[in-house]
Amino acid sequence: MAARWKAALVWLAIAVAGFYLINELIVVGVINSFIENMLVTIGINIILATGLNLIIGFSGQFSLGHAGFMALGAYATAIITQYLGNALGFYLSMAVGVVIAMVVAVIIGIPTLRLRGDYLAIATMGASEIIRVVLNNLKITNGAAGMYNIPALANWPTVYVLVCLTTLMIVNFARSRAGRAIQAIREDDIAAEAVGINPTKWKLAAFVMGAATAAVAGSLHAVYIQTIAPSDFGIMNSISILIIVVLGGVGSITGTFVAATVLGVLDTVLQSFGTLRMVIYALALILIMVFKPSGLLGRYEVSIRKLFEKKGVRHGTADSHESE
Amino acid sequence: MQTFFQQLINGLSLGSIYALLALGYTMVYGIIKLINFAHGDIYMIGAFWGYYVINQYHVDFGVALVSSMVICAALGMLIEYLAYKPLRNSPRITALITAIGVSYFLENGMSFLFGANTRNFPQVVASHRFTVFGVAVTNIQLLIVTVSLLLMVALQLIVQHTRMGTAMRAVAVDQEAAELVGINPNHVISFTFGLGSALAGAAGVLIGLYYNSIDPLMGMVPGIKAFVAAVVGGIGSIPGAALGGFLIGILETFVQAIGLSAYKDAAVYVVLIVILVVLPAGIFGKNVKEKV
Repeated sequence: MAARWKAALVWLAIAVAGFYLINELIVVGVINSFIENMLVTIGINIILATGLNLIIGFSGQFSLGHAGFMALGAYATAIITQYLGNALGFYLSMAVGVVIAMVVAVIIGIPTLRLRGDYLAIATMGASEIIRVVLNNLKITNGAAGMYNIPALANWPTVYVLVCLTTLMIVNFARSRAGRAIQAIREDDIAAEAVGINPTKWKLAAFVMGAATAAVAGSLHAVYIQTIAPSDFGIMNSISILIIVVLGGVGSITGTFVAATVLGVLDTVLQSFGTLRMVIYALALILIMVFKPSGLLGRYEVSIRKLFEKKGVRHGTADSHESE
Repeated sequence: MQTFFQQLINGLSLGSIYALLALGYTMVYGIIKLINFAHGDIYMIGAFWGYYVINQYHVDFGVALVSSMVICAALGMLIEYLAYKPLRNSPRITALITAIGVSYFLENGMSFLFGANTRNFPQVVASHRFTVFGVAVTNIQLLIVTVSLLLMVALQLIVQHTRMGTAMRAVAVDQEAAELVGINPNHVISFTFGLGSALAGAAGVLIGLYYNSIDPLMGMVPGIKAFVAAVVGGIGSIPGAALGGFLIGILETFVQAIGLSAYKDAAVYVVLIVILVVLPAGIFGKNVKEKV
């Protein structure tokens, strides 16, 4: 028990220290607006990719439609903040976006989650494209031109706090009873069903949870970038979120953080290369996959609790056994 | 009724392009269970090769078509050897991301080397328009449908009646058992990529002739739609891919004809989801029962 609380405190300390570190670096001027922009993009990508990692890594469902849910959050925020352009409006719109994304995820999930593997991927991709085409043709979303002049209601601290909160939610979900049920289904759904786990219900739960976090990221994207268009949420965007998950290691939240950061920095560094940028990016992607097929970190997870527990065992105390 | 037949002709022409692409997807998926995302980009390379040889060497249509098929087959086999072969035993999602990487590489490599602008495909076959019972048909449409059907028949003959085709079917059913009877799966997989890529190359030249414009990103959307066609027809099934291609092409043209062109892509995906939910293995796919 003690190890769990100590670990939680250390994580909290790391989060607060990280916040102050970034804050100080901005004050000192090491982080200029260019780098700050990069950090925010990385943060939004982390929110998206941890949510997708829950679906792909923990529940083993191959979803290729994450950008569609992101679009729902982004458009909810863009539309509501038109009428209520303050912080209250922003958080309200975020909540609305999350609810819409969850409802849509249930509607898409109930028929499609019966499918397996690549079929599910292609069905979720289709569903996300349908969302995009509808946004492209509605009046309230201003069609293909998209929405602009969205009030700037988020800065880096908002993104930072939300990255911490969504990660905490997803990690806790993955380690809860629900999370273990989901991982059991991933390993063997027939065996899981035999011990009384309802596969459809739990797969849907993970899918809906992933969709909700994607909507949060979409809301942040809308108020930070301040312009959105349906073309920002196409298949290629779903794929770039998938790339973060696979590159980091499917099933490793730490890996997702590392991959989002590496890709974010790579993207910024390569900015000066023009068209060559994507060629290098593609080559890097192929080479990493060919030489490190399980992703940068595989299934490795940084765990402070394990650190404490190891120490506990070494000192001969029993609390490590209680904490699990 | 006239409009109906008119749209049917247009749909068949577009559908035969999708069908040619879908055949490549379905064969590769049938054998190594990989969604080859780079397939649409091989079709783009095929179109660019046609553009190059026609403009540079003033060859006729037949030479452009055949040389494009040869070049694309070689390219497909090279990509398989360099990027997919090392990943034969890795998780499938890794191979998929590699395929996406190859696709990005081809698209952006072509943009980098030759510019991202749209080019006019040389009109090597003069366009004639016939009117049969009030339905306008161009000779290019006839050419596309004829060439596609001939290629499909040839493919069916290769797969059903040659030693390599038999080996392909054997590897698709059970790779280990095929190895036990002396089939080298590496050769078979390489051959499959070559065959699929040759069809994509042919489709590239045909679409260049039909739409008259090519650009480095032209393979993205048709590639995905052709994959949808392969899934609708039942992935792994060659007649299924051909049928799926024609269905998707016709569906798209008809949705466009009734004035919903903004929703034509959505219609394709709605049909996809409905088919997958009703017939999870596609129209011609085998529904494999899971044994406990």
